[in-house]
Amino acid sequence: MSASAIAFYCIAAFILIAGILTVTTKKLFRAAIWLLFSLIGIAALFFWMEVEFAAAVQVIVYVGGIVVLIIFSIFLTNQEGVNMPSALKKRSLFSGLAVVSAAAYTCTLLCSHYWMKGSEEVFDPSVKKIGYLLVANTPESFVLPFELVSVLLLAAMIGCIVIAMKAQPESK
Amino acid sequence: MSLATTIQLIVLLPLGSFLLLGIFGRKYLSSLSGMIGTTSLLVSAILSIQTAYQYFFLNTAGSFEKIIAWKMTWLTFSEGVSIDMGILVDPISVMMLVVVTVVSLMVHVYSLGYMKGDERFATYYSFLSLFTFSMLGLVIAVNIFQIYMFWELVGVSSFLLIGYYFEKPSAVAASKKAFIVTRFADLGFLIGILILGFEAKTLDFVTLIERLTTSNSPYLVSATTASFLGASALTWGLLLVFMGGAGKSAMFPLHIWLPDAMEGPTPVSALIHAATMVVAGVFLVARLFPIFSISCPGALEVVMWTGVISALFAALIACTQTDIKRVLAYSTMSQIGYMMFALGVSGYGNEAGLGFTASMFHLFTHAFFKALLFLGAGAVIHYIHSNEMKDMGGLRKSMPITHITFLIACLAIAGIPPFAGFFSKEEILTAAHHANPMVYYIALLTAGITAFYMFRLYYNIFWSKEAKTAHHDDDHHGEGTWSMKIPLLILSVGAIAAGFIPFGSFVSSDGHPLHIPFEISAAILPVIIAVSGIALATLFYKTENDRPDKLSASFQGIYKTAYHKFYIDEIYLFITKKIVFNLIAQPSAWVDKNIIDGSMNGLASLVVWKSNLIKSIQSGKVQDYALYFFLAAFGITALTIYLVN
Amino acid sequence: MSEIPLEHLLMLSTALFFIGAYGFLTRRNMIAMLMSLELMLNSVNINFIVFNKYLFPDTIEGLGFTIFIIAIAAAEAAVAIAIIINLYRNTKNIDAENADHLKH
Repeated sequence: MSASAIAFYCIAAFILIAGILTVTTKKLFRAAIWLLFSLIGIAALFFWMEVEFAAAVQVIVYVGGIVVLIIFSIFLTNQEGVNMPSALKKRSLFSGLAVVSAAAYTCTLLCSHYWMKGSEEVFDPSVKKIGYLLVANTPESFVLPFELVSVLLLAAMIGCIVIAMKAQPESK
Repeated sequence: MSLATTIQLIVLLPLGSFLLLGIFGRKYLSSLSGMIGTTSLLVSAILSIQTAYQYFFLNTAGSFEKIIAWKMTWLTFSEGVSIDMGILVDPISVMMLVVVTVVSLMVHVYSLGYMKGDERFATYYSFLSLFTFSMLGLVIAVNIFQIYMFWELVGVSSFLLIGYYFEKPSAVAASKKAFIVTRFADLGFLIGILILGFEAKTLDFVTLIERLTTSNSPYLVSATTASFLGASALTWGLLLVFMGGAGKSAMFPLHIWLPDAMEGPTPVSALIHAATMVVAGVFLVARLFPIFSISCPGALEVVMWTGVISALFAALIACTQTDIKRVLAYSTMSQIGYMMFALGVSGYGNEAGLGFTASMFHLFTHAFFKALLFLGAGAVIHYIHSNEMKDMGGLRKSMPITHITFLIACLAIAGIPPFAGFFSKEEILTAAHHANPMVYYIALLTAGITAFYMFRLYYNIFWSKEAKTAHHDDDHHGEGTWSMKIPLLILSVGAIAAGFIPFGSFVSSDGHPLHIPFEISAAILPVIIAVSGIALATLFYKTENDRPDKLSASFQGIYKTAYHKFYIDEIYLFITKKIVFNLIAQPSAWVDKNIIDGSMNGLASLVVWKSNLIKSIQSGKVQDYALYFFLAAFGITALTIYLVN
Repeated sequence: MSEIPLEHLLMLSTALFFIGAYGFLTRRNMIAMLMSLELMLNSVNINFIVFNKYLFPDTIEGLGFTIFIIAIAAAEAAVAIAIIINLYRNTKNIDAENADHLKH
């Protein structure tokens, strides 16, 4: 087994353990930190797959943005120290069963499926190519979705402000 | 003012007063309510007298036609069959307008004094107005359904007024009894209306009478050929309609509510249960009289015998009662019996229609002297605070006006000339004499008994024990206010003078004036009988003695039976409680509760059980929904893949 | 890295996805639910990139989709957190079990 394979299995184990701890730990703040680790693990996985741009975006947006946002919201809702209420026994049982059976089914599907061989070309996710993909003036590029996502982000930002804004008292 | 407007005004004024007093009376108009009600009635009464004057005296045609002054279709069922509201003007409706408004006016005036200080004064007047409105609507009805609707309204206002002192359990029971008994009779009335309406294909009085009296008309033929249980559809229809009339007019055996109805305020008894509402049955038979008389003499015979039996039966009971209002109630029943059998012995048209005229005449005069009797009794009760004869006696000195007017009314009802009752009763007896000797002799006997019990009442109130009640603190209200005395005086004028009206010239079975010759010879026997009845009463009751007790002891069986009203109430109770309740009501209640309700309840609880199961899915918890979503998505995916492979 | 079979990578993303799903179904705190959602989105990202790299190395569309998903996930997280904070402000409670007012 090569070092690369060992690295992959370590990264995979790290991601999964951190993920499991995210959904099971009692304290919300710790869950956020485990999520952070899990996301860093995924970034590492992207590095391992030599998709550096995706890894960078993962770190910047997820680790630097979303997790920080989540931690802020934990502070804002004063949930950082308290133990979370434990899940309902019955629902945990049913959810667990459903999830495990669905996972097992999916894995058997994965293993039994014949994956066609890809082309022999080398995968080249360079930033230049990504730039062409997103904003080049060609029919294949994703210009329109790109613009739409930018509008979506703007709308989301305004929506957040409106929702979270303190309701003004009805003034005269 | 045209005839229609005048009569509309007559009818609607009491309605207006009812609405005004019913809605605003208690809060805003409490002290004025009596004056408002009385004023509106005064206007109504003046207008109806004027209408009567116009109709009877400014008539140049020589006969009195039925005029439909105003009519609107309210509800159409099919071609020709509709419920109309309107005004039918003919001799009897005009006469009834006068009777109802005048007596009602007297009662309104009288109540100003009698009900003074009553807590629900405005309510009382609003009920009186409602009653007057309904009764007026009844007498001018153009349509048999209109009469039915006002008939029920009259029943409701009677119910309300009997139960006026609703804090007394006996008054509540009496009002319920009156309502249930008359409702039961009205069921028959309704079925009768439907039969007649079905056979004649109309509900309109004028058309109905025309179709069912023209010989060989297809309607009459079909009505007489269709038969059920041995009687034709026409007979059944008329008898069922008469059943409604008998219920309202307290004819035997549906009379049981009337004595109990005396629980209401006395002026109400005078208005509703003596002078106006209880004669509605007589009015109804008179309204349909051509059909009874021309097409179905069999039904008319039933009317006759019911009337005779009621007259005698009630007179016998009246002799034994000790509550003065009950005596008057039975005497009312007896007098209505007279009116009924007078209709029963009558024929249609010309001389044969003497009974019809006599019946209406008696209705007219009876309204005056019976209202007078009740109002007089009311004054006595007001003074004594008791209904029982044994608490009374020797009142002639302390209540002189009441005494004189009461005496006039007693003489009138006993049939002593020249008072009103003599003339009308004499006509009835003449009619009966021509038609059926048996009825004549029973009526004659009843006349004697009537004189006897009326003077028993009179002596017990005003003579008998000498001034035993002088202890009563008579300085506090004496005989009553003038508002109570004036109606007595006016009505006593009516009780004296009403007999001199040549009634036959105005009211007859076919509208043509009828000249009734007055035969001295025919009058001798009734007068002798009446005088002997009075003499007997004088002997027994003028001064206190033990003769009445001896008499009742020697006829103990009859006395006790009559005292207990021939056990009619007990028979009804036995029938309803023991037979109907045990044999019909209880089994059907069991079936209803266990089988019908049971199956429905079972179905309902099954649905509830199932829906509770389904409902628990709809928990409102997001994560439950997410789990369902997850499972469903998983299931659909698996299913799709399974199907594709 | 080519000696790692495609299936193992896919199993990793599957496992991560169902871990997220389990968390979403059982966590009662709404912020924790949001975190589980992030895990699920990331497993999808992994899938996109793995398929792109292993099966269609001549293109980079999978990578492009990953970038879009990250952007949309950021927007989604922001909106969800705004809603949660607003809910907290109104009810002092962000337990999903108690947020069932619409049922009544």
